[in-house]
Amino acid sequence: MKTYPRPEPGDQPPLLHPPYVSSIRRAPAMPPIPLPHTLSELTGPLFGEQPIGETDNDLTRQHAGDPVGERIIVAGRVLDEDGRPIPHTLVEMWQANSAGRYSHRNDNHPAPLDPNFTGSGRTITDADGNYRFVTIKPGRYPWRNHHNAWRPAHIHFSLFGTSFITRLVTQMYFPNDPLMPFDPISQSIPDERARQRLISRFDLELTEPEWALGYRFDFVLRGCDATPFEGQA
Amino acid sequence: MSRLSALPSQTVGPFFHIGLTGNTKLGCLAGPEAKGERIRLRFRLLDGDGAPVPDGMIELWQADASGKYQHPADTQEKGPDPAFRGSGRLATDAEGTCSFETVRPGRTPDGRGGCQASHINVSVFARGLMARVCTRVYFEDDPALADDPVLALVPEDRRPTLIARPDPASPGCWSFDIRLQGERETVFFDV
Repeated sequence: MKTYPRPEPGDQPPLLHPPYVSSIRRAPAMPPIPLPHTLSELTGPLFGEQPIGETDNDLTRQHAGDPVGERIIVAGRVLDEDGRPIPHTLVEMWQANSAGRYSHRNDNHPAPLDPNFTGSGRTITDADGNYRFVTIKPGRYPWRNHHNAWRPAHIHFSLFGTSFITRLVTQMYFPNDPLMPFDPISQSIPDERARQRLISRFDLELTEPEWALGYRFDFVLRGCDATPFEGQA
Repeated sequence: MSRLSALPSQTVGPFFHIGLTGNTKLGCLAGPEAKGERIRLRFRLLDGDGAPVPDGMIELWQADASGKYQHPADTQEKGPDPAFRGSGRLATDAEGTCSFETVRPGRTPDGRGGCQASHINVSVFARGLMARVCTRVYFEDDPALADDPVLALVPEDRRPTLIARPDPASPGCWSFDIRLQGERETVFFDV
C-alpha cells in the first residue's frame, strides 16, 4: 500500500502570490483543512485505457503540413517519490506555437497562428513509466500581469498518477531562459531547488541527428511505499 | 533509498481548454444503464468578488451507487458498476457554471471501520490558482451528514459550504457553489 507524505515546506507554491495578480481574488484565504486519506483519496481516475491516436504524441504531424519552428523531442519518465515508475498513466500537454500564440479564441497576442499546429497532445506511459512527445519549441509571449511581463518558454502538463492525491498540473521550462527570474508564476515556488526541478535538461542522447533536439524531463508524483511500523499489519 | 520530491504545481492558466476540456462527454459519468439515482449536479465557480470564474475547470471523482470506486485500491467485495465511469471533467462557461450528469454515490468506508456520508471528491483548477484546490460535495437530505467523520473536522458554521442543495424547480438537479474566497468561502481540503 502506498502512503502519501505531505509536501515539504517550500516545495509547492502558495496559493496566494500577489506578484501573480490573478491569484489575488482567486486564492482561498482560509487555510485548507488537512484530510485523512480515506478510500476516496487513495483511489482516483486512472485513464490508463484511453484510446490514444497515432499522432496524439507527435504535435508536428497533426495537420497536412509541417508546423513552423524548432522541432523538439520531450521525453522522460513518470515516477513516484521512491523513484518507482508509474506505468500506463495518462500524460496530457498543451502549449503555444513557435511564435508564442495559443490556438485559443481568448489569445489575442498579435503573433501569427500556425495552421499546422494545434498545440495539444497526450500519451500513456509504457510499462516502465516512459513517455515521449515530438513537438515545436514554444515561443515566449507577453501577458498583462504587470508592465513588460513575458512568460518564459513553457509547456503545460497534466497527470493523474495512481490516486486522487497524485493529480498534478504543472509547467515545464527550458534551460537558460533569461525570462525565468522575472516570471511570477515559476518564481512563486519558494524553494530554489524545487523551482529548478521544473526545468528540462538538454539531452544529446535524446537528440535525433538531422531531425530534432531532445529535452529530458521526469515527472515525480506524490507517494512512496509504506514502511509499516513494527506491530502494524 | 533517497526520496525524490513531487514536482511543484503550476497554474493551468487561461488556455487549458485546448489540452484538457475538448471532450465534453466527460461531463457524463453515468451511462444509460448505470445503477442508482440519476442526478444533474450544477457547479458555479465564483471569485473573491462573487464574480463568475469563466476560465475554470472542475474534475469529479466518486464511487458508484453501491459505494465502490473503480480502482484497484478499492478491495470491497463488490464489483464496480461497468456503466459508471467515476470521473468527470468540464470547463466552466461564461457564467462560471458547468453541469455533470451522474448518480448519487453510495457510502464509502472511512478507514476506521465506519462509513462516510455519500460524497463526491472535487478538484478545482483555474487561471489564478497556482495549484488545484480540493473540496467535497455532500447532499443536503442525507441523514448520514450528522455522523460523517470528515465533516466533523470542519467548523460547524462552515459545513454548509460543502452541501449541495436540490433545485426545487427541477427534480433531480442539485446546485453547488464554489466560492474561492470571501464571505462563505468554500471549505477546501489539504489532501
